[in-house]
Amino acid sequence: MNRIHKTLLATACALTLATPAWAQIKLSGLYELSGAGATAGTNFKNGVELAVKEINAAGGILGKKLEHTAADTQSNPGVAKGLTVKAVDDGAFAIFGPVFSGSIMVSMAESRKAEVPNFVGGEAAAITKQGNPYVFRTSFTQDTAMPKVARYIAGGLKAKTVAVLFVNNDFGKGGRDAITKALADVGVKVVADISTDSGQVDFSAPVLKAKQSNADALFVYTNEEESARALRELRKQGYNKPIVGETTLTGQKVIELAGDAANGATAHVGLTIDAPNPLMLKFKANFYRAYNYFSDHNGIKGYTGVYILKAAIEKAGKLDKKAVAAALHGLNVKAAKEPGVIFDLSMDANGDLDRESFMVEVKGGKQEVREVLPALNAKK
Amino acid sequence: MTDFLQLVFSGVATGSIYALAALGFTLLWQASGTINFAQGEFVMLPAFCMLAFMAAGAPLWLAFFATCAVAVLVLGWAFKRGIADPLLRHGLMPVVVATIGLAIAARNGVRAGYSAEAHPFPSLFGDQLFNIAGVTITLADMGTLVLALALVLGTQAFLNKTVTGRAMQAVAQNTESATVLGINVPRMVFYTFAINALLATAAALLVTPTYLAKFDIGEGLGNKAFFAAIIGGFNNSRGALLGGVIVGVCENLAAAYISPAYKDAVALVLFMAVILFKPQGLLGKKIERKV
Repeated sequence: MNRIHKTLLATACALTLATPAWAQIKLSGLYELSGAGATAGTNFKNGVELAVKEINAAGGILGKKLEHTAADTQSNPGVAKGLTVKAVDDGAFAIFGPVFSGSIMVSMAESRKAEVPNFVGGEAAAITKQGNPYVFRTSFTQDTAMPKVARYIAGGLKAKTVAVLFVNNDFGKGGRDAITKALADVGVKVVADISTDSGQVDFSAPVLKAKQSNADALFVYTNEEESARALRELRKQGYNKPIVGETTLTGQKVIELAGDAANGATAHVGLTIDAPNPLMLKFKANFYRAYNYFSDHNGIKGYTGVYILKAAIEKAGKLDKKAVAAALHGLNVKAAKEPGVIFDLSMDANGDLDRESFMVEVKGGKQEVREVLPALNAKK
Repeated sequence: MTDFLQLVFSGVATGSIYALAALGFTLLWQASGTINFAQGEFVMLPAFCMLAFMAAGAPLWLAFFATCAVAVLVLGWAFKRGIADPLLRHGLMPVVVATIGLAIAARNGVRAGYSAEAHPFPSLFGDQLFNIAGVTITLADMGTLVLALALVLGTQAFLNKTVTGRAMQAVAQNTESATVLGINVPRMVFYTFAINALLATAAALLVTPTYLAKFDIGEGLGNKAFFAAIIGGFNNSRGALLGGVIVGVCENLAAAYISPAYKDAVALVLFMAVILFKPQGLLGKKIERKV
């Protein structure tokens, strides 16, 4: 073997070591399985697991099976960051989660550094404003959702004043800022700005403040358990003005926890299992069969997120993280071609996604779709 | 004014639940010199036990009574025999450390073994609303308040008016003298642990519809109850009631008129003020010991 042959052999060996030959596509899940985000994280994880199971049963992606592991962030940003580093060290092809915006803001720097596509469940607008090319949403950003809510409050409810009750974390503060701006744009005045804590149990004081404000409507933007407690307290104090929210307020878990107190609440939701769509009905039934309860929007986010990754890998045509991330920017997926995404969707250059959405009202303990709102780019 | 009354009433209802848990602290301290830092988890565990019975098809009332029996066995007898008895002879500190450990184990046990998510819990009372002088009062709040008051006052009457109750107090005051008087000291101490377990189960029944059944509900509740017991007087059962109500009302008022962010600090501030200016608590008695 002459020197040229030796050099070629060494180069080939180095290339083989540098480019992982993906025997399986490793997905690392970082979810809020305990703490304040347990409901959201558990649903998101179950959605991811269901999609992984389906895709593997159908032969995988590009002939490779998916391997999914789940870790608990404990709803703690510090733990989420540490787990992201571990996921990268373990050779994750893609990372799913966290769901809480506060955790994402801290952990996504690690997935970016390692150039690993990171599918997150958070809605805080700031997540995709950092110029991170490896972070991708599985739901709307607040900047997309809140103008729709504001239009409903101004046009649908004819409200002139609104009280805003929000949770004092990244998710809640981002939502408060976005809705305040969106309401101002449609000429509605925020007359009470009511902060609550994550994990808060007693909502008597915040609800009293909302009543004292005498606003035409109340906008509630808190996490699942707190939303349920707020709705129960609103019922308890006989609050009789319209209660509006965005996504979490009318989630399945909130309805389950709040009981009758959830009836009458309306919300803009990006995803609902009660959407008039046969693919959603199929997902609803499959999820229930697998976990014996109905998924909330977070379950759908996790589920569709895996199928978005599948579409991107197939678009890239190879198992290369950089190429897949590039394929995700500007990705358009038709549900007719890839039923797992459930609705036609598109991903923009920031990692924000767009698809149709819904205004729902809770009636008799169930979400009822009042209006289907088209995707933003569908209007153009 | 109606808003103020609304907050006060709501605070009294919440405070009465703190009082039930706080009563457990004072009972155990008086009867056996034990401080149980797993008191909050003693409320959380019966909540999940009741959920398990209800999942098996039992109605709420049956689940409650079945849980009472389980609680007396596990949180009363087993806790006494397994932790309090062997450790108390080494002083109070090992018991304190052990109950802190027990609290962590209970939380994580429920989280891993049952669920980390919150679960709805049926209310003993209906959803009816009453409007009295502009103050909206729910049947649940009224029922909680009445039941909690009845339990606290009933426990106190039992301790003061019955032979067994007085024997329990005698054991609490001086174990050796009680033994000389022919009182079965181990049995009286067990009764105390059993009553504590029953009060915790009753607190679970009242608090869980609002708090929701979750593995970590005991954490905050235990802390508030401990502060309430200190504020009211650790060696006085009525003090637990007063301390609980004060904490509940002040928390509500602080959240409404200062900021919800400071709500949880209220109990701590009151606790520090009482420790500094009236260390025996508002209704507690000074106890002097000769060295």
